[in-house]
Amino acid sequence: MDVNLITIFILAIFVGNEIINKVPPTLHTPLMSGSNAISGIAIVGALLAISTDGEISTYLGLAALICATINVVGGFLVTDRMLKMFKKK
Amino acid sequence: MNLFYLISAICFILGLKRLSHPKTARSGNFLAALGMLIAIAATLASSNVLDLKLIAIGVGIGSVIGLLFATRVQMTEMPQMVAIFNGLGGAASAFVASSEFFKVNDLGIIICISVFIGTLTFSGSFIAFGKLQGIISGRAITFSGQQILNALMFASIVALGSVQQLGILPDSTIFYVIVLLALLLGIGLTIPIGGADMPVVISLLNSYSGIAAAATGFLINNQALIISGSLVGASGLILTNIMCKGMNRSLANVIFGAVGAESSSGGSSDGKEMNIKSYSTTEAAMILDAAEKIIIVPGYGLAVAQAQHVAREVADTLEAQGKKVLYAIHPVAGRMPGHMNVLLAEANVSYDVLKDLDEINPEFEDCDVALILGANDVVNPAARHDQSSPIYGMPILNVDKSRTVIINKRSMNPGFAGVQNELFGYDNSIMVFGDAKDMLNDLLKEVKEL
Repeated sequence: MDVNLITIFILAIFVGNEIINKVPPTLHTPLMSGSNAISGIAIVGALLAISTDGEISTYLGLAALICATINVVGGFLVTDRMLKMFKKK
Repeated sequence: MNLFYLISAICFILGLKRLSHPKTARSGNFLAALGMLIAIAATLASSNVLDLKLIAIGVGIGSVIGLLFATRVQMTEMPQMVAIFNGLGGAASAFVASSEFFKVNDLGIIICISVFIGTLTFSGSFIAFGKLQGIISGRAITFSGQQILNALMFASIVALGSVQQLGILPDSTIFYVIVLLALLLGIGLTIPIGGADMPVVISLLNSYSGIAAAATGFLINNQALIISGSLVGASGLILTNIMCKGMNRSLANVIFGAVGAESSSGGSSDGKEMNIKSYSTTEAAMILDAAEKIIIVPGYGLAVAQAQHVAREVADTLEAQGKKVLYAIHPVAGRMPGHMNVLLAEANVSYDVLKDLDEINPEFEDCDVALILGANDVVNPAARHDQSSPIYGMPILNVDKSRTVIINKRSMNPGFAGVQNELFGYDNSIMVFGDAKDMLNDLLKEVKEL
């Protein structure tokens, strides 16, 4: 395992901790669905997996692509739908 | 190529940062979506061996399903939706890792970890979905030896992951057994968790879906996955922590405590006769008419009855009569973090009248009426003084300090913690029984006539 990757991993966790720590309760649900859409980044892995040799690998890649796309498209859209409703009078 | 991934990571970080303030949240979400688009475009442009036809099929199917979900789901069903999305995120990571396994035909420790976390997130999330949707009992499902069984499954997975390099067992056998055990463990860890603890579980599964993506990033040597996955993992953990604090319980206690099981005893209130005063909506309206300051306390019952709109109408009518109306939102009210805030936002309630626990508790002292709509455990004063109560120590909304407490409930059934609420018998408490929506519709008519 590459030490550089571990470094990135640890640093990203710290960054995440810093930026998200002060989220007001009003935004807890949108934060959750929005961050969930970001975890759909597995779509990058799916795009690469789908194009590899071997039938099983390709179909597993396709399954990954469908799941990740639902996550990305659905996640960002539903977050936007929620955030549109948050208004201050 | 890596430069584009860096740009997309910056978009995610700035997007999440903007997502933490109500005014900038929408642009933050947009920025994160842009980051995703950049990552996808960079990946598509980087490789010339891509099977574009298959990719179009996959993206097409996924987009249509995602679009339908996002536009059709009702705000009351958001917890279920987030549970499904968590599960799909885990599944996507597990599928990518499995695909890699069949490609290289060599199981490594990273594939094992990636498949394990992804699969666990998938099955755990779908059990959580089933509970929220009412397909599976929302109560804690327990049996003797449950935790030993879970521990055994986890130990087996660790053991299999450790010996996979020794070549004792064929790689494919180890792979399938890990997938199967991870599926079962996800189920085993989620079924003993009761409905009221769902906000913790959903946050935790949210975190897992991020960690699964990060693990897959290690596998395919991709920084974009590692950075985004870690961000989501951290965000899920922060929410998990906030939810645990909201119940004054440790994460271990939520996961292994099985609070809300059918068998959990009533605790303190057993045998104590409570003097319940049941009032009509007309009488409740008269009390509201005499009040100047009213605090509305929404709970899961409000969500189930879809009563958020009529609740806002009642509040508007009272405000038009010169009264002050605030909303008290407990951190674990509902079935996911921020559940009540989203529902009330949908009903057009301004977010600055939604007060959290610390802000609202001093307000009850000079409050005339606390109107409790389908909340129970979060307003139980036993949490403050009764050490034998399962919810002892949980920070609660001090509604009993108000001059009058009006409690709307469907019946006298105890809350999810399985505890009878002593508040209902207090001298300043009155009960108005009925479905929250029906009750509020009646109340609205009465209040308008006064």
